[in-house]
Amino acid sequence: MTTDNRGVVQSVWDFFCSLKLSIFLLIGLAVTSIIGTIIPQGPPAPEYLQTISQAKFKIYAALGFFDMYHSWWFLLLLYLLTINLIACSIKRLPRVWKIISEPTLVMDEGFEKSLSLTHEVKVGGEPAALKDRAAAFLRKEFAEPRLTEVDGEYHFFAEKNPYCRLGVYVVHLSIIIIFIGAIIGSLAGYKGYAAIPEGGSVSTIESRSGKQIDLGFAVKCEKFSVSFYDTGAPKEFRSILTVLENGKPVPGYENVKVIVNQPLTYKGITFYQSSYGPTGEGGVFHFTVRERKGGAPVPLTVRQGERASLPGGGTIQVLEATQEVRSVLPQFSGPAARIEVTPPGGSPQPFVVFRDYPKFDEERGGNLIFTYEGADEKYYTGLQVAKDPGVWVVWLGCALMVVGILLAFFLSHKRIWVRVARGRVTMGGTASKNQAGFQLAFDELVDKLKSI
Amino acid sequence: MNALLFNVTLGIYFLATVTYLAYLVKPRDSLGRTSHWLISIGFLVHCAFTVDRYVEAGHTPITNLHEALSFFGLALVGTFIAFERRYKVFIIGSFVTPLAFVLMVVSSLFPSAITPLNPTLMSKWLAVHTTLAFLGYASFALAFGAGIMYLIQEHFLKSRKLGAMYQKLPSLEMLDEINYRCLTFGFPLLTFAIISGAIWAETAWGTYWSWDPKETWSLITWFVYAALLHGRLTTGWRGKRAAILAIIGFCILLFTFLGVNLLMPGLHSYK
Repeated sequence: MTTDNRGVVQSVWDFFCSLKLSIFLLIGLAVTSIIGTIIPQGPPAPEYLQTISQAKFKIYAALGFFDMYHSWWFLLLLYLLTINLIACSIKRLPRVWKIISEPTLVMDEGFEKSLSLTHEVKVGGEPAALKDRAAAFLRKEFAEPRLTEVDGEYHFFAEKNPYCRLGVYVVHLSIIIIFIGAIIGSLAGYKGYAAIPEGGSVSTIESRSGKQIDLGFAVKCEKFSVSFYDTGAPKEFRSILTVLENGKPVPGYENVKVIVNQPLTYKGITFYQSSYGPTGEGGVFHFTVRERKGGAPVPLTVRQGERASLPGGGTIQVLEATQEVRSVLPQFSGPAARIEVTPPGGSPQPFVVFRDYPKFDEERGGNLIFTYEGADEKYYTGLQVAKDPGVWVVWLGCALMVVGILLAFFLSHKRIWVRVARGRVTMGGTASKNQAGFQLAFDELVDKLKSI
Repeated sequence: MNALLFNVTLGIYFLATVTYLAYLVKPRDSLGRTSHWLISIGFLVHCAFTVDRYVEAGHTPITNLHEALSFFGLALVGTFIAFERRYKVFIIGSFVTPLAFVLMVVSSLFPSAITPLNPTLMSKWLAVHTTLAFLGYASFALAFGAGIMYLIQEHFLKSRKLGAMYQKLPSLEMLDEINYRCLTFGFPLLTFAIISGAIWAETAWGTYWSWDPKETWSLITWFVYAALLHGRLTTGWRGKRAAILAIIGFCILLFTFLGVNLLMPGLHSYK
């Protein structure tokens, strides 16, 4: 390699090792990330397109603003950050490793001057006798010391938490591992959606990119139910699912309850409760009907889209029904149905009946008084389906990041040197973090050293 | 009972604000001691309010704006008391108590009815995720306070008007140290909050990261504070520049906390 080439390589290397680049990239990522929180991500909706001009749309589309977190320039920033933190770590790690693996064992005069915390105590007696007391002192008050003898003087070195210096590099490594996990997920995983009617099953799902994916097994929805708060807000969506292999239920995966925050995972594919809706068919509604002039109430079952006969002639039909009427009629709550009753030879009369207001229909003044008892309406359950083989790599990265951050922020590498010479004992110390806190501890040690 | 505890907290924070501000003008020891007692008692009552509401609602009281602002106030005052004990920088209270009082006033303007929990929020992660996040917010708020005081103090030094306030404010080195210390608590807490949020998102929505506005803005905040921490490694980003960046960082954080929830659609909006 010529010197010129080496010069170029060196300057490229220096460029990637620089902390200025890290700061530039971090700020750059922060600023550009804002774009995606202002411009809606994903295929733009027609309503949004009407609010921007054609020229703007072209610019946005060319710059990838509609999927900016996957645009080439955003990914480039992330890749540059990755290279930057690898380069920074490679450059600085050997020096840090040397501090850990080959600590300075001897505090000579020159080194002593470089330490900000030093103290000398005058002590009588032979160095050989003082030596044992100094060792016992360090062992008791600080950490196990290492002894080096130089020219009749005894040098002790003791340290705490040397490995916390690696915390920063553990965090850097964890970020790279999280990126690897994300890449694995995007290459080998998919996200999709499945809608399964109650009693039905699916063995293929549609991915977000519109591809049909064969699961290799089937998932059956045994039952779906939804419960509400008094306010009408949904409280719980619950699907009961069974996994089928070759049409047979898989032991341990029968009638599994799946609610939000409690998904079902089978063979690396996870099913999350995400939505629901009426299938619009096969629903069965229950009513009781009694005659105004008296008599026992008669139960009545009406199927969705069908007419049922009423006692004493006439027909009934369900127009619509809901589990929670509050959103339509705010003064009522609970299940309700809008029904149409056609008396023999009369015209159809539509009206609403409620489950929780059994007396309500008396006010209507008809010959027959109806009460709604509820529906066995058939629902479909909407499940988010995800396969992400990279997720465990991401969790590994997150765990490492927690460990690394605890090391890097909450532990400090503390070092103490003690030199025992004739008539005097000198102590020096330093800490990798929180010098002010360490100084207090050092001063305490000095006080105790005076009485050794 | 709940409303009473809230109002008592509000009242005590008001008194503490008055005494802390008075202390800034007329630094008498008796005023200082009174302020310290007031804020400590206020904190205990505030804790009682939060626990009482937790019991009543059956979940961490943080799911509407009334609760979230109050929770932020609680985290802020608690973090301040912890810092105060550790670093003996009593004067930060003159900044923290007015902020806590304002948070409680704004909180009281929002409906205090307990809102039933939407299915997504029914998770043990609700308590973990939000507590970590709010403790992080509180640390950054203290860094913000130290940053503002730094600028004020520097202004006094430059203009050579060394009045009573100058004497009461800590030295520039001390303020810079507090700023840094707050960051070294805030940054890990923010990181853990983001990680716990990712774990929760994975169990609830099937994806640990979906670039939802709240997620993105907390990442933006994370980037900014990461830049600030790395900037401190090079000597240039200490003192004034670090103070200004801590202030900017906190403004971004406030947007992450409130702006995103109020202005942008997404899974974190308070309904």
